[in-house]
Amino acid sequence: MIPAGDTYLLSRSEQRDSHTIDVYKRLGGYKAIEKVLKEGIAPADVIDVLKKSGLRGRGGAGFPTGLKWSFMPDKDKDPRTRYLAVNADESEPGTCKDRVIMREDPHGLVEGCLLAAWAMKLDAVYIYVRGEYRKPYDRVQQAINEAREAGLVGENILGTDFSCEIHMHKGAGAYICGEETGLMESLEGKRGHPRPKPPFPAGFGLWGQPTTVNNVETIFNVPFIIERGADWFRSTGTEASPGNFLCGISGHVERPGVYEVPLGISAKTILDEYAGGVWKGRKLKAWIPGGSSTGLLPADLIETPMDHDSVKGVGSMFGTGAMIMLDETACVVRASEVLAHFYDHESCGQCSQCREGTQWLHEIFRRIEHGKGVQEDVDNLVRLSKQMAPGKTICALADAAAIPTLAVVKHFREEIEAHIREGGCPLKASRAQEVHA
Amino acid sequence: MTLPESLIAEFDELVAKYPERRAGLIPALHRCQEELGGWLSPEIMEAVAEYFAMEPVEVYGVASFYPMFKLRPQGKHVIGICENISCDLRGAQDIVEHVCAKTGAPVNGTSEDGSYTVELLQCQGACANAPMFDLDGVYHEDLTPEKIDAILGGLQ
Repeated sequence: MIPAGDTYLLSRSEQRDSHTIDVYKRLGGYKAIEKVLKEGIAPADVIDVLKKSGLRGRGGAGFPTGLKWSFMPDKDKDPRTRYLAVNADESEPGTCKDRVIMREDPHGLVEGCLLAAWAMKLDAVYIYVRGEYRKPYDRVQQAINEAREAGLVGENILGTDFSCEIHMHKGAGAYICGEETGLMESLEGKRGHPRPKPPFPAGFGLWGQPTTVNNVETIFNVPFIIERGADWFRSTGTEASPGNFLCGISGHVERPGVYEVPLGISAKTILDEYAGGVWKGRKLKAWIPGGSSTGLLPADLIETPMDHDSVKGVGSMFGTGAMIMLDETACVVRASEVLAHFYDHESCGQCSQCREGTQWLHEIFRRIEHGKGVQEDVDNLVRLSKQMAPGKTICALADAAAIPTLAVVKHFREEIEAHIREGGCPLKASRAQEVHA
Repeated sequence: MTLPESLIAEFDELVAKYPERRAGLIPALHRCQEELGGWLSPEIMEAVAEYFAMEPVEVYGVASFYPMFKLRPQGKHVIGICENISCDLRGAQDIVEHVCAKTGAPVNGTSEDGSYTVELLQCQGACANAPMFDLDGVYHEDLTPEKIDAILGGLQ
């Protein structure tokens, strides 16, 4: 059975017209910003609550949000203009959760932006939405418009001295713009080339000004925490990874979907109880725990708890918590070819290890899958990956291509070698039979 | 060419959102593509460059970086099919074959009569409703051959 327990992230989404301000307010929305402004809770105290809550970023890196916010310079000593850029460039393969938030509950995101603006004394917020997300974009824009009419966005919010502008910004389909410095370059109207760090965004961000970049789901958590408190937030999840998260589960399962689950729940529970198990009564072969940049794991690790430390402990990463399931008929070389093609396509080309390396990974996986692999290919995959990562390039795209490659070789070396030995995909025949049965 | 007055008015409002005018470039290119024939011709990029006081080659440099910007004429209807992992695991290859057979367009090309362009896309964030395609800017998810026939049959 699905474990009992409070859901909050998706609590409003199933209501009719959940995207409108009337429904949001009826269900208790904008109470957190009201509380902060009416009670005059100091910005530093808001950040303190976030720190105590232990909220970690939901965009992939899992960095503590309160700590990130505290990196913004002291406004009294550094009076420059300050920004929040909300990363709504959701494009990590397997990840489809921010789309649900923006489409079904956009006011929650708007309220989170207001709280961030108060806490970090921001001048403006930009929400960078991937260009393909037209409906989610329209929904958030409509929410901003409604909030403005209600005196919640713009000058003198709720009759106080607090002002905050929230602007929507449309991207144009490049995965690299989900990397925070690539996103800032893109928002400035340039090619999405990630910047070397340091300097970090808190010191030198958008237009060279202090900037914080947060994922949609991260910001969406903030109003709940501010209204209900850090202890409440810590009542689910684990000590090091508190709260619930939105788990997108896709691939070979009966009921793919976006489910709200507590951090630390076993991956097997999500697979079996929420997603209805592996489809067609088949067995699990492998799974990707947190989006395509996290290393694939074999089926016998499916009981791993889904939190940052536990997934790291089995040699992968929690990432965006987007689980992709491969059944016993799936070919891990084919899956690797698809993903290597993706990273090849999306590499921005600045760093040679990444530009050349992703092309070679793609080429090698392609020839192995298509029966043209040679004996040295497996060792070359490893050699190449170790020259690409970790931390050898401006951003983590090379790591995202290379580290999962090492994981595939580690767990499925025999299957890759069988492709080379047999001159093609040994699983293709059984898949073809099934299609034509 | 000169940009239509209506677009210029829109861009004036757009660039006011940012401390630097150039930040409006990508949203402006979207609007041009939507309003001026579905792709960014060199003439359009030159006109946009003039508006933003940039060199045309800088605008081209940005436009060519982003897969959503089309630098060649497109078919009357554009079908973008996701080929990434979650869609691949649930039959995206069959969807590509079916759509190409149905429309007469080759993969990453346009049908001879100019009615359809079919392109392969990377992850569109519809992983839990795979396979999917984007038809003229609208997502269609949980696709089956029957569903595709119904969708394409309804087009003019």
